[in-house]
Amino acid sequence: MVNNKKFLSGNEAIAHAAFRAGCKVAAAYPGTPSTEILENVSKFKSHIYCEWSVNEKVAMEVVIGASFAGVRTLTAMKHVGLNVAADPLMTFSYLGANGGMVIISADDPGMHSSQNEQDNRFFARFAKVPLLEPADSQEAYDMTVEAFAISEEYKTPIIVRMTTRTSHASGIVDLGDFTPMPPNGLTYVKDIEKTVPVPVFARKMRVKVEERTEALRQFAEKSPLNRIERGSNDIGIITSGVTYEYVKEVFPEASVLKLGFTNPLPKDLIKNFAQSVTKLYIIEELDPFLDEQIRAMGIVVQDYATQLNMGELNPLRMEQLRVEILGGTAPVIVSKGVGDGLPARPPVLCAGCGHRSVFRALSNLGVTVTGDIGCYSLGAFKPLESMDTIVCMGASVGNAFGFEKAGYNNKVAAVLGDSTFFHSGITGLLNIVYNKGISTVIVVDNRTTAMTGHQDNPGTGRTLMGEPTKQISVEQVAKGVGVDRVRVIDCYDVAEVEKVLKEELETAEPSLIVAKRPCVLGARIAVTRQFVIDLDACKGCRKCLKLGCPALEIGEADPEKPKLRKVKVNPVLCAGCGMCNQICEYGAVKENVLQEAGR
Amino acid sequence: MKKTINIALVGVGGQGTLLASEVISRAAMLAGSDVKKSEVHGMAQRGGSVVSQVRIGEKVYSPLIPEGETHFLVSFELLESLRYADTVAPEGVALINRQNIIPVTVSSGQQQWVDDIEDRISRAYSNHRIINGLDIARELGNIRTVNMIMTGALSKSLEIPAEAWQQAISELVPAKHREVNDKAFAAGRDLQ
Repeated sequence: MVNNKKFLSGNEAIAHAAFRAGCKVAAAYPGTPSTEILENVSKFKSHIYCEWSVNEKVAMEVVIGASFAGVRTLTAMKHVGLNVAADPLMTFSYLGANGGMVIISADDPGMHSSQNEQDNRFFARFAKVPLLEPADSQEAYDMTVEAFAISEEYKTPIIVRMTTRTSHASGIVDLGDFTPMPPNGLTYVKDIEKTVPVPVFARKMRVKVEERTEALRQFAEKSPLNRIERGSNDIGIITSGVTYEYVKEVFPEASVLKLGFTNPLPKDLIKNFAQSVTKLYIIEELDPFLDEQIRAMGIVVQDYATQLNMGELNPLRMEQLRVEILGGTAPVIVSKGVGDGLPARPPVLCAGCGHRSVFRALSNLGVTVTGDIGCYSLGAFKPLESMDTIVCMGASVGNAFGFEKAGYNNKVAAVLGDSTFFHSGITGLLNIVYNKGISTVIVVDNRTTAMTGHQDNPGTGRTLMGEPTKQISVEQVAKGVGVDRVRVIDCYDVAEVEKVLKEELETAEPSLIVAKRPCVLGARIAVTRQFVIDLDACKGCRKCLKLGCPALEIGEADPEKPKLRKVKVNPVLCAGCGMCNQICEYGAVKENVLQEAGR
Repeated sequence: MKKTINIALVGVGGQGTLLASEVISRAAMLAGSDVKKSEVHGMAQRGGSVVSQVRIGEKVYSPLIPEGETHFLVSFELLESLRYADTVAPEGVALINRQNIIPVTVSSGQQQWVDDIEDRISRAYSNHRIINGLDIARELGNIRTVNMIMTGALSKSLEIPAEAWQQAISELVPAKHREVNDKAFAAGRDLQ
């Protein structure tokens, strides 16, 4: 056979698996670390219809519809996305899949880019659906192909649970015969006893779910997705997902039961393995998902004190565990002593980002701000410091209204992005209008889903298939749900932004402000002008630095007046937004029209 | 390569560390090694500190480098070479691009820049080299090629044939940027 090896991230591998498995419909909402799955599925768009859905719930509903119709279908989302999509999942589990339906849940242990580190393996138990846990890219490919087959055979949606270190780690993948598998031949046949879960039918479905779970358990007992790698019988380790890789690295001598199929668990396989080793350990990332179930089977499991249930695992933490249970000395990391006092380098709003003027105004106005999920969460930090709360996608709107109804004694504004507004801000806004609120909602509209890497959304006028589509306007939606006061402002007009925000915060009716400027990073706008500091005019007041623009830096000290440090503009970064020019009281920021557009 | 070689690429979001680590991984694969690469996407890319890890060997399990076992640190920026110093093995090699990117914590006056970076580098790494990557990239006419210069500089230390590097670059760099990236890689590889 021809060599068909590729170097793929776990997310890319899943996209390849969707192609191989003959998937026909794929839908998702972007979210780190899952985003690249659909981006890569779209490379196979001649075979697979793919879309950025408006949110994860809609994505789940779209693929459920496709499964009803009989085709193989896939949805992907970050862990918290599955919270949004949980409602259709919980019931569709009862109805069961027709065409194979695979749900990719990409969890984020350690919260690299997330607000919590929930362990979504529990969703599989909760919804009573099978669960696969790949350990690397090859397994992400193989298991996703297998997942479609399991889903069709057992008539169930199935979850493939990735984590940051499987999604965003890359490895060599042998794609084997990389041609789409033949269609399953399934069609939709009307049978409301299978598709309408009114109580009389749902109760029957519930029984079938239990039978299905038992059948899946039998499957798990024999499936090669679960395998024993025999080593010393003195120590046996049960593990799953990427944790397997750390176990192999740090406990090379141990016998390992590597579970790839982790719901329902293969009880006999686990019991037999437990009996074959002197001491049994369970090592897993995040919650004791395997541990509690295996202990509940009456199996003796060794305890250990090394805490693994919080944060991301890594070889060092595994070494610490090894030292605890097998003795020896912990690896000593000798500090080179050069890290003291290094300035932090947190992510920042880009130079030229339109969000900046909104946060500056909110800060000046002393408003309490309920925030949301997106780049603009960076507005919470110094020097802008104008975001008070973040909960989940779309929460800013309801949160602001809750503050209002609580009789809170300060002005409150909600801030969310365009993609987040379409995702789940609209219902909150409707609620404000309906329940006679007067909240102020600000949509920072940069016409993209910026933080996850500039995916299209209903506001961009383009679909994931690469086709032009109707461009939805935030202001029209707001009017449509009954907001009479809708204002549109240009983020680059610093004074206007503050003036309009002030006016709307003082009105006694609900209002929505659309603060517009395309994302400088996503739109790849040519820089036609930049700004420079006239050092004769600059007084060194540093007011401009309060913008937190990465292009503005404190210059060298004046040898005669060492305390006076004027500002300079970094020409590599300046995007020419002109906010610093507008707020300088001394006219020290000069415009410089570029002869040749940059970027 | 029998023993697993651990390489960490560090820099600031937007400097092209992800492409460099992809080129290294691809070249190692073409040379017949097992490879794993790990990185984090998302918010860190907005001008934040970024790190990408590549492990090359006969059989690689963990996608993450064990703490203190990085053999090669490729730093695209001076300050960042210090931030990850403790993750580098005592005998490890540091290849560092001579470039300062001032974090907003400093430019806004919240924190102080450190003035003795190169002294600290000398203390941290017995085996290090500071490369004028930004200057070389300017001479080549594209300051975004620092990543390929650094990759070229690293390439001499890895048992990967020149053809594998060339093929990896040709697979990963868009045609219109190929020539300058090839030149940048060669410039890094030819550094004495």
